[in-house]
Parts: sequence; C-alpha cells; structure tokens
Amino acid sequence: MTEALLKVENLSIAFKSRHGELTAVDNISFEMAPGEILGVVGESGAGKSLTGSALTGLLEKPGFIKSGQILFENRRIDNLPYEQMRRLRGLKIGAIFQDPLTSLNPLYTVGFHLVETIMTHLPMNQAKAKDHAIRLLTEVGIPAPEKRFEQYPHQFSGGMRQRVVIALAICANPKLIIADEPTTALDVSVQAQILRLLKTMSKEHGAAIMLITHDMGVIAETADRVSVMYAGRIAEIGPVASVIKNPQHPYTQGLMAAIPIIGHQAERLAQIDGAMPRLNAIPTGCSFNPRCPKVFERCYHDRPDLMTAQDSLAACWLHDKTR
Amino acid sequence: MFAFVLRRIGQSLFVMLVVAIIAFSMFRFVGDPVHNMVGQQTSMEDREKLREALGLNDPFYVQFYKFIKNAVKGDFGVSYRHGRPASEIIAERLPATLELSLVAVLFALCVGIPMGVYTGIKKDSILSKFFLTTSLIGVSMPVFLIGILMIWIFAVELHWLPPFGRGDVVELGKYWSTGFLTISGLKALILPAITLGLFQMTLIMRLVRSEMLEVLRTDYIKFARARGLKNSAIYFGHALKNTLLPVITITGLQIGTIIAFAIITETVFNWPGMGQLFIQAINNVDIPIMAAYLMLVSLIFVIINLIVDALYFWVDPRLKTGNVVARST
Ligand SMILES: Nc1ncnc2c1ncn2[C@@H]1O[C@H](COP(=O)(O)OP(=O)(O)O)[C@@H](O)[C@H]1O
Ligand code: SF4
Ligand SMILES: [Mg+2]
Repeated sequence: MTEALLKVENLSIAFKSRHGELTAVDNISFEMAPGEILGVVGESGAGKSLTGSALTGLLEKPGFIKSGQILFENRRIDNLPYEQMRRLRGLKIGAIFQDPLTSLNPLYTVGFHLVETIMTHLPMNQAKAKDHAIRLLTEVGIPAPEKRFEQYPHQFSGGMRQRVVIALAICANPKLIIADEPTTALDVSVQAQILRLLKTMSKEHGAAIMLITHDMGVIAETADRVSVMYAGRIAEIGPVASVIKNPQHPYTQGLMAAIPIIGHQAERLAQIDGAMPRLNAIPTGCSFNPRCPKVFERCYHDRPDLMTAQDSLAACWLHDKTR
Repeated sequence: MFAFVLRRIGQSLFVMLVVAIIAFSMFRFVGDPVHNMVGQQTSMEDREKLREALGLNDPFYVQFYKFIKNAVKGDFGVSYRHGRPASEIIAERLPATLELSLVAVLFALCVGIPMGVYTGIKKDSILSKFFLTTSLIGVSMPVFLIGILMIWIFAVELHWLPPFGRGDVVELGKYWSTGFLTISGLKALILPAITLGLFQMTLIMRLVRSEMLEVLRTDYIKFARARGLKNSAIYFGHALKNTLLPVITITGLQIGTIIAFAIITETVFNWPGMGQLFIQAINNVDIPIMAAYLMLVSLIFVIINLIVDALYFWVDPRLKTGNVVARST
C-alpha cells in the first residue's frame, strides 16, 4: 500500500445527554489510500454518517470526538480551528449527501452554487469560474450545460441534481470525497448511472471516495475495499471481493446471506435474527453476541478488536490465533 | 401568471368596493348630514329642500354610484367641521403620518432583522437571551404606555428629544411637508417612530430568528458548509434569503397595521397626522373626513399587498416558472 491519504486512529464519537455520555462510534481505526474507493456498509444507526461527519469536521452538537485522531495527508485535522477546517472542506475534502433534492438552495441557480464554490477555493474571477463551472457540468454528464447553468434546482430531475451535487463536490479537485448514501434517494434506474459517474470521477481526478451505504450491492459494484460497521465499531474490513465471497465475521456472513440472489426471489432470505442494540444497551463483550450464531463463552466477557482473518481484518474471537 | 395578476387585482378592487360600501353607509346611517350642515333655526321645509338638493332622496344605488364616482376623483365632500374639502385636509395630514410610518417600518426592519439573525446564529449566547427577554417585555406593554415612558425618560428626564410635535417642517412643492430636512424634524421623529415600530421590530426579530433556526437545519445549509463556504456566505447569502419570504409577508401586513396604529402614537405624541385627525373626526362625527381616511388607508393596504406579491415573484424563482413546490423540509 502506498502512503495513506487518510488515517483514522482509535476514533470515538460520543453524545452528551442527560443520562451521561453515549458512545456512538467506538474506537475505530482504518486507512484510505489515495484514489481508493472505500465502501462503508452497515445497518442504520451503525455510526457510518457520524464517521463521515467527523472527517469533514461537521459533527453536530451534542456530538463530539471523544478520543482518537484523524490524519489527512499526514496532518492532524480532528483538532483544527474552525476556519482552517473550513478551508479544507471543498478544497481537499468534499462531501455528497443523501438527498440531492434538498442539497441545493432553491433560491439560487445551479450556476450560482458552482461559481460561489469555485471562487471560495480557487483563485479565479467570475468569468473564469463560469467557464470552469460549465466544464464541470459537461464532465458530470449534464446536457446543454450553458443553459442549465442559468437554471434553478427545481428545474432539474433528481438524478440531474445529484450530478450537480457531484460537480460541486469536485469543483476544487479534492483528494477525498465523503459520499453519504449518495444514491439512496434516487430511482433504481438512476442509481447505477450515478455510481458509475462517481467511479469515473474518482479515477479521473484521483480522488479517494468513502462511499457510505446500507446496500451491499452498491459496494460490490463500486468499491475497492469495504468496511462493515456494527454498533459503532468496525466488524470487518478488507478487499471487496474477499469480504463478499469469503466473509470472516459472523455478522458479515449474515449480511451476505441476506443479499437477494437472482432466481431465488421466492425463498425467504436468510436474515439475521434480532436488531442492532441501542446505544445505551450495548452488551458487554462482543456487541454482536446476542445475535451471533457462533457465540461462545469468551464473547460475553471480552471485546474483540480487529484481527487478521485471511485477506481481511475481523473483530471476532473466532480468529484469535492465541486461542 | 397573467391569470394570477388579474385575480389579485380583482380581489383588490373587491376589497375597495366593500370599504366604499362601509364608508358610504356612514354617510347615510350615522347622524344626519343635513343636521350637521345647518343651524338650529333652519325650518323643516328648508331642510327638505337641502336634502333634495344634496340628492339624499335619490334611490340607494344612484347615491352609491355618485359616491363612487366622486371618490375616484378624490372627492368626499366638505368637512362638517372645517368647511373645506375632506380630501384636502387629509392630504395636508398625510405626509406626517407616512413619514412617521416609514421611519417606524425602517426601524423595525433595520433593527429587527439583524437582531433576528444574531439570535438565530448565536442562539445560546447571553446577548441573545437578553434580546429575547427584553423583546417579550416590549411586546406585552401597550403602545400608549411605551410612548408615555419614552416621553418621560428621553424628553422629560434627559431632555434629549422633544416630547411632542413634528419639529420644523420644510414644504416640498405644494403637497408635501417633510420633517426629514431639519434637525428638529428628525429629532422629533425618533421617539414616536420607535414607539410605533417597537412591536413590529420584536415581531420581525422573532420571525427571522425562528426562520433562521429552521433554515440552518436544512440539507442545503449542511451541504453549503461541506462545500467550505465562508460563514458570512452561509448566513447572509443562503440562510437569510430563505427567511425573507415570511419577513416580506409579515412586513407587508404590518405596514398596514402601523399606519392604522399610528392613531394611538399620534395622539400620545400630539403628532399632526391623519390618525390624530381621524380621532378628532370621530369626536365631531365628521363623516367626510372619516370616509376619506378609511378609503385612503384601505387603498394603501391594497397597494402594499400587491407590492408584497410582486416581491414574492422577485425573491422566489420557483414561482416564476409556475412550478411551485413545497418548501424543502
Ligand atoms: N444528535 C444525536 N444525539 C444522540 N444520538 C445521535 C445523534 N445523532 C446520531 N445519533 C446516534 O448515533 C448513532 C449513529 O448514527 P449515524 O452515524 O447517523 O448512523 P448511520 O449513518 O450508520 O445510520 C445512532 O445510534 C444515532 O441514534
Ligand atoms: S466474537 Fe463471538 S459473538 Fe462476536 S462475532 Fe465473533 S463469535 Fe460472534
Ligand atoms: Mg446515515
């Protein structure tokens, strides 16, 4: 692996509440290489979005980084002052959110959004910024970009709006893009196009993408590596092919079994029984133990960290070599 | 859109018609105009002649038609009290009221919007809490009490500002006397304008604040932050503009209220405007003045409403294309 673009080390994110602190992301560590697409998958509430917000410095109160650090291009960014982090956002680290319908301000033209973002980060005047904006619109596959430049968000379809959002995210050629469920709100037919576009943009601009989703199918098609999150921790992380074909963590195994197989629609999917625990009721030991089909004595007392499991890393005592 | 404009104009005309009926009815049913015009000694016969001459025996619709015809020309008859055309007397008083109302509205907007933005952005700061608490006190006090307090503190105790009147005015042409061009005129405006606009100021502050809080939670603000925009661009470019629609509506509606409420402020500050004139007219049952005042104030209401509609189209591009979508949630 080349020099890492992003290093997340022992990151924990918590919320202050009346009942004390709730830890929503618990001691996670991972790295991303330049240009790599890392899928982050997990049930709703697993802590995916919080992880993404921490990377862009946009954690919302009452959430806060409790411990750990985030290194971007070998520089610590989790404790930067607001103004310095703001300069990084959009310039070095871009973000795309779930709902393209609401990501754009209805009162401004698409062109205004682009020009304002470009001029915030790049030394361009109005005219140059406009040229750049139209080039970007062309690049993300929007027909008649000159005309579209003048139009308002409501004149665009959902898929077209998400293309605009992608254009906005890549304005200044960021090295890392956090894409939080970028296709969840779109029609199935449009989803594939947007994913393909993201992948192309990643290649052409050399941008690494953290692709957050709860859809394993999206990961399979798009990502290089995948990190499976469960109850605020990484259950398993590794190359997409091996995680899909040969999952090492019992939770991942359950997830894979739950992917519908074409031709077997009628059969009941092999679901994992039970639900992810709430933040204030995470069991001691392995947090997956109430649902794990392979649970054994140790799982109730000790919490497993990531350990080597074939081509991946998995947080499961089954892979403890010292056992 | 053309249909929309037509409909709004139609509605405006309808409102004016209703007010005209009310004003007209006052002539017919409140007091007896002939009684108001003649002396005690006039005989019944003479009165009947006068009645005939004034057209008061004509059928209702003929009289109403005449009333409308004259009203359009600005003719509401001669003031019972002053013996001069009512419209002339109103016109003399109009500048004082309009200037006072204008300054009150500007005060409400120029102080209310920044305070609303501030309390929306820094919602937990001590200053925000101070603003909100004091504004609550301001809202719950009656206008005349605020006015009297102002006079007591700033005129009587501190001697900073005059307690009543308009100060020196300058005649601009034939129809407009302005207090904007003299120091004493400007000084005289301060207390009554603040008194008159205080309620609207706090209203706008609270409105902008709650709209700001709502808008700052939207996805497009989150995305604007993610794009690395400066805070000033986020707050004033993106957030504030989205709070403007309700502010325009409320301001438009409140301008009417301010002009109407000028009656109280003008009485407290002995301000020589239409409101004071109207109160005197009520005391004297001076129907032509009352009718002219009512018609003029409702005309102002209607015109402001049309302007508000026009501003909507200007601010919100979704309306121009006729593709009105619900505000993003
Ligand atoms: N403002 C908040 N206050 C308290 N808990 C929160 C808040 N925001 C998120 N959480 C909790 O943090 C956990 C992780 O949330 P999130 O990262 O959004 O999950 P995901 O994106 O994986 O669905 C959830 O259990 C959620 O309930
Ligand atoms: S550690 Fe135990 S409970 Fe947790 S996943 Fe592995 S086997 Fe299951
Ligand atoms: Mg999420």
